[in-house]
Amino acid sequence: MSVIYILLTVSVIVGVAFFFIFIAAVKSGQYDDSYTPSVRMLFEDELVKSETEKSTDIKTD
Amino acid sequence: MENDTCFHCGDDCGNHAITFQEKSFCCNGCKTVFEIFNENDLTCYYDLQNSPGAIPKEIEGKYDFLSQENIIEKLTEFRSDDIEIVTLYIPHIHCSSCIWILENLNKLNPSISDSQVNFGKKTVRVTYSSKTTDLKSIVLLLSSIGYEPYISLDDFKSGKKHINRTLIYKLGVAGFGFGNIMFLSFPEYFEVNEYWLEQYKPMFRWLMFALSVPVVFYSAQDYFISAFKGLKAKLLNIDVPIALGISVLFIRSTVEIMFDLGSGFFDSLAGLVFFLLVGKFFQQKTYDFLSFERDYKSYFPIAITKIEKNGNENSIQVYDIKKGDRLLIRNEELIPVDGILINGKAKIDYSFVTGESQTVSKRSGDKLFAGGKQTAGVIELEALKSVEQSYLTQLWSNDVFNKNKEDGFTNITNNISKHFTIAILAIAIVATTFWLFNDASKAMNVFTAVLIIACPCAIALSAPFTFGNLLRIFGKLKFYIKNASVIEQLAQINTIIFDKTGTITSNKSSNAQYDGLSLSESENLVLKNSLRGSNHPLSRTLYNILEENNIVTLDGFKEHIGKGIEAKHDNINLKIGSASFVGKPEETSVLNTTVHISSNKVYKGKFTFYNSYRKGVSKLFNQLKKQFDLVILSGDNEGERENLKKLLPAKTKLIFNQKPEDKLEFIKYHQSEGAKVLMIGDGLNDAGALAQSDVGIAISEDVNVFSPACDAILDASKFKELYQYIKASKSAIKIIKWSFVLSFIYNIIGLYFAVTGQLAPVVAAILMPLSSISIVVFTTISTNLLGRKLK
Repeated sequence: MSVIYILLTVSVIVGVAFFFIFIAAVKSGQYDDSYTPSVRMLFEDELVKSETEKSTDIKTD
Repeated sequence: MENDTCFHCGDDCGNHAITFQEKSFCCNGCKTVFEIFNENDLTCYYDLQNSPGAIPKEIEGKYDFLSQENIIEKLTEFRSDDIEIVTLYIPHIHCSSCIWILENLNKLNPSISDSQVNFGKKTVRVTYSSKTTDLKSIVLLLSSIGYEPYISLDDFKSGKKHINRTLIYKLGVAGFGFGNIMFLSFPEYFEVNEYWLEQYKPMFRWLMFALSVPVVFYSAQDYFISAFKGLKAKLLNIDVPIALGISVLFIRSTVEIMFDLGSGFFDSLAGLVFFLLVGKFFQQKTYDFLSFERDYKSYFPIAITKIEKNGNENSIQVYDIKKGDRLLIRNEELIPVDGILINGKAKIDYSFVTGESQTVSKRSGDKLFAGGKQTAGVIELEALKSVEQSYLTQLWSNDVFNKNKEDGFTNITNNISKHFTIAILAIAIVATTFWLFNDASKAMNVFTAVLIIACPCAIALSAPFTFGNLLRIFGKLKFYIKNASVIEQLAQINTIIFDKTGTITSNKSSNAQYDGLSLSESENLVLKNSLRGSNHPLSRTLYNILEENNIVTLDGFKEHIGKGIEAKHDNINLKIGSASFVGKPEETSVLNTTVHISSNKVYKGKFTFYNSYRKGVSKLFNQLKKQFDLVILSGDNEGERENLKKLLPAKTKLIFNQKPEDKLEFIKYHQSEGAKVLMIGDGLNDAGALAQSDVGIAISEDVNVFSPACDAILDASKFKELYQYIKASKSAIKIIKWSFVLSFIYNIIGLYFAVTGQLAPVVAAILMPLSSISIVVFTTISTNLLGRKLK
């Protein structure tokens, strides 16, 4: 029955680990600005496009 | 040909569209920005959003002060030998294109290693190498692409800003504790008498205890502190029964597990704290891009050009200005101190101060007040006072700005909690005494059970969720409120005081009336065309009022700054401007702004400008008059009295010639008579009145740029809806009262279990979240219904 000790330990460790990840995320400022990142993540493609636009000008017209 | 809109900024291009690469631009500025982007492969800017740009402004010399060491030191948040980091506030940030271009600044200046936009706060944080570039070039670069940063005295004083994240931490701890305790207490809920479960019971219980310790001592500490403060001030605020409930829960549960009497109420305890904190978090709606605390510092520049005795020009800090200093004010710069005009033509726009957009002309020798903006060329002035002692700025030394309005205001929750706490204690004592005589072993059990179940979680949640939700609904309707208690105070208002200029009048358009000899058709033509060429605000207004006319090329056009315009076409020689300029003796006792016209040296007549009132003013006042005392408190002369009398209901009081301090005193007096005052104003001269009133609402044409310190900011376009907003606040109070009724019902059910001595942990664990959640659902649904009516 002592398997319950292992199970409990594991579950508490997992819980505590997530808790510390949460604290670290707040500390890094992740929750300070909840809007800009949602726009920013869409930009990677735009940059590539403008670089290739010159060479493939005919296609994109 | 139909007029195009500018590819860059979206403005109407007029007839002088500049065409470049088959795209039209309204001015050279916009074209230049496009060229910059084009050269650097950044035209993607225009793909993300149509015409996202702004016209870059003249900035020559304006940012010279940014090369001064001590100013850089204050503005940057990090500085080392080769790296500097600065956060700049840019009001123009408004769309995804803005984020994109600002985060690609390094393409325009390779010394910039990183730039990050915070859209909500409208700031960009730039990291750059100070070896190859400097702050001034960064600011100039931003300005040249239409993103001029706004650097004010405020940035200078506040320094590094500290973000408070404790509530999120507390919420995290409580949530963590709540989830895990719930999970650990499940086996015991169902009382399965299994052998191994019995064996490990103590370990489960002590684990729960361990998890609840940080919840009680860290997450819930604010409730204890607030309850303690309340008791010290002899107030039974809502936090008293909450703190009592939490401590009783914790102590009883600990005792229970210590002596193996039961499993305790750790789950309910953690859940309670978690829900309460969620409520607090929800109520904390903040508008990052708005500031309710602004004073003159947010508008005043950091540095100004001083002319030394030997004629050298030097940038000095505004705080260093001494009496007698000679200062140079460029076009579009703000006058930071009271002074005497020495040189140049001053045309001062006092709209920051009074909300009046019409500029005032001053001659050399005239006194200029701090807060005005020069709008025509360069002037020199001699400082008469230092910054803090100027006419406008000394208003802020009034005590009223140090007072916290929430002090001394008992909110609806605390009001009810007084009676509630006493009732609960009475029930607890009666029930305990009853059990002492019947079954003494149960007495202590019942006493604690009453305090636990009566813990007013649902009551404490009603107001935060109702107000928090209403705050969001108002925010969507462009009525931005500082915090929840403002809504409550708004519901109790009985007197409304309006400022006139800029508040009930609109500063965008004015009405003009012509009296005098009628103008011939050709004279009208010349008039319209000459106004077209002038940038003077009065000319622009008049131009917009006059009927459309053909566009002709004038033979001669000359603008005499500060006087008027002279225009020639065919055989007509038109003079438009001040009375003396057109050759008419100056009229005395003129209260309204006028523009005079003469044709071929014959005086024709004048246009008199009247304030144009916002749409719906009359209707709004008629709605309000039934329930409120209405007052107009104006800093202006009585020129508009007759007009206002016609427009507004008869019982409206009209008071003119009020200085900023007078307005403040007026409100103070009425408050001492028992009035609950709502002040609606817009300029810095209303700041004192806004602070003194119970609720101060600032009207703003552009909420991003300008508003004095206040409790709420209302977008000017929504002015006519004011009555609806007040009504909604009153309904919100009703909603809260109904949810109090609802939570009393839950409390009575819970008390039945408690008083009869059969409160099992599982009952508490079901009843508490159930009551909290149903209150949240009820308030959210009813405020949303309320919000739907507003639209």
